[in-house]
Amino acid sequence: MNTTGWAGRIWRVALFTVSMLVLTAASGGDTRKWKSIAEDGLHDGDNPAATALQSPGEALKMLPPDGAGNQVNWVKALRDGYVKPRTTLNETTPVQTLDADILMKRTVEMPYVRFPHLAHTEWLECSNCHEKIFKSKAGATPVNMFQILQGEYCGRCHGAVAFPLTECNRCHSVPHKAAKEKP
Amino acid sequence: MNTGFRFRRDAGMRARAIALMIMGLGMLLSGNGVAEYGDVVLNKRAEREGMAPVVFPHWFHRIRFRCKVCHSELAFEMRAGANQVTMAEIVQGKFCGACHNGTIAWSTENCKLCHSGAPNLPSRIHGSHETLGPGRW
Ligand code: HEC
Ligand code: HEC
Ligand code: HEC
Ligand code: HEC
Ligand code: HEC
Ligand code: HEC
Repeated sequence: MNTTGWAGRIWRVALFTVSMLVLTAASGGDTRKWKSIAEDGLHDGDNPAATALQSPGEALKMLPPDGAGNQVNWVKALRDGYVKPRTTLNETTPVQTLDADILMKRTVEMPYVRFPHLAHTEWLECSNCHEKIFKSKAGATPVNMFQILQGEYCGRCHGAVAFPLTECNRCHSVPHKAAKEKP
Repeated sequence: MNTGFRFRRDAGMRARAIALMIMGLGMLLSGNGVAEYGDVVLNKRAEREGMAPVVFPHWFHRIRFRCKVCHSELAFEMRAGANQVTMAEIVQGKFCGACHNGTIAWSTENCKLCHSGAPNLPSRIHGSHETLGPGRW
């Protein structure tokens, strides 16, 4: 047994521990940050509401993370029961959901777009989209990316309230090859 | 003549132009974001009539209500500034007043909780550090 061997072993153990600590901090730790009400540039800091209102981080840090928008994966938050938003105010209002995906293929060399009705109708009513924004016939609406970026079609909500348009892959999620393999 | 090839090439350039447009503006905007994503300012009349602009937080309300409650049952048009919201109608139970009536949520006496905006804010929706809202990249 020689001392340099021991020193080397201790050194390696120390290095391993430190790198594990760094790794867990990077992966497990929640690094999301939200502006407080008082410093968000929108609320008047002199108004008593600036301290009375809830700051977004207090509530949103409890919800499943996402990289953009509110930094919350709202689809997951709803499905896994993190939030339980009311569906109607009036008990007699009819509620509808629809589980049907639409494959949108006019995407040039970007992957095709999969539009999931279910994730949308869990939050929204059919009339929020049909017939004003989208026709109820696959391929009938002249959707394109420039108009979406202008706040039309999908861009009515995505870029405003639902996850923003910087998240290309969440819409353009179907590689051309995968679509061909399916019957 | 090989038009197929030309089309593919132009289409690719279009895709890259869109991506560049978004990334460029993303970088410009990063770091100096204001508001929480989805916050709406309503200030068509409030400030003219001596009250601070109204700030409506989507994130706070969507934890408690689905979009369809406001945008279908209560018929809020999905376009910032498109609804003719007046204080008189709110007090009568329309718009925000359908809930802010002392039963579902605190009542309209709490003026400053809604009229909480900084001076001179225009009516519009706010994005986040990636986007300023639809059509504002
Ligand atoms: C968030 C927007 C949105 C909501 C909400 C929505 N849809 Fe759709 N719907 C679409 C889009 C986008 C298409 C595809 C339109 C196109 O390609 O032109 C579509 C297409 C359809 C089609 C045609 C399908 C086909 O294969 O031709 C039907 C039928 C339909 N929707 C019914 C409904 C019903 C019923 C509801 C409510 C339960 C609903 N939609 C809610 C966006 C929506
Ligand atoms: C909210 C969903 C959504 C997001 C996010 C999104 N797209 Fe699209 N994109 C679409 C839809 C829908 C179409 C039209 C598809 C159709 O009509 O068949 C489209 C079409 C396109 C096209 C085809 C050309 C054109 O002008 O229509 C390109 C290129 C494109 N998107 C690039 C991008 C890039 C790059 C990003 C990210 C920076 C992005 N998209 C983010 C939904 C989205
Ligand atoms: C009326 C508002 C509205 C419109 C229009 C709309 N969306 Fe959405 N979308 C939402 C909301 C709300 C969610 C829930 C997630 C969130 O808020 O970030 C969502 C979620 C999604 C998801 C995520 C589903 C998942 O399982 O994670 C995709 C993909 C999507 N939208 C694509 C589209 C495409 C493509 C279009 C246009 C063809 C479109 N959306 C139009 C409101 C809308
Ligand atoms: C408690 C009520 C309420 C709920 C719940 C709600 N909204 Fe809104 N929404 C509003 C109000 C108020 C406005 C602003 C209307 C105005 O300025 O005239 C608005 C505006 C909008 C706009 C217009 C933005 C623009 O670009 O002009 C969109 C899009 C929108 N909401 C989508 C949604 C989506 C998607 C959901 C669900 C995830 C949702 N809203 C939930 C009340 C609500
Ligand atoms: C639940 C939220 C809410 C509360 C509480 C509230 N307001 Fe308002 N108020 C609004 C909205 C939304 C508008 C429309 C803003 C606009 O577009 O100018 C408005 C508009 C106004 C206006 C503009 C003129 C008009 O009649 O529309 C005045 C003045 C006003 N409010 C005074 C008050 C006073 C005083 C109180 C307290 C007694 C109060 N508000 C409480 C939401 C609220
Ligand atoms: C569908 C019901 C509903 C509608 C419509 C509604 N609210 Fe609310 N709002 C609530 C509830 C519930 C709360 C939480 C009350 C509590 O904590 O006791 C709330 C809380 C708030 C808060 C305080 C948030 C905080 O940080 O504590 C503000 C500000 C607010 N609403 C503004 C508005 C404005 C402005 C409108 C109209 C444009 C509006 N609300 C419409 C249900 C609603």
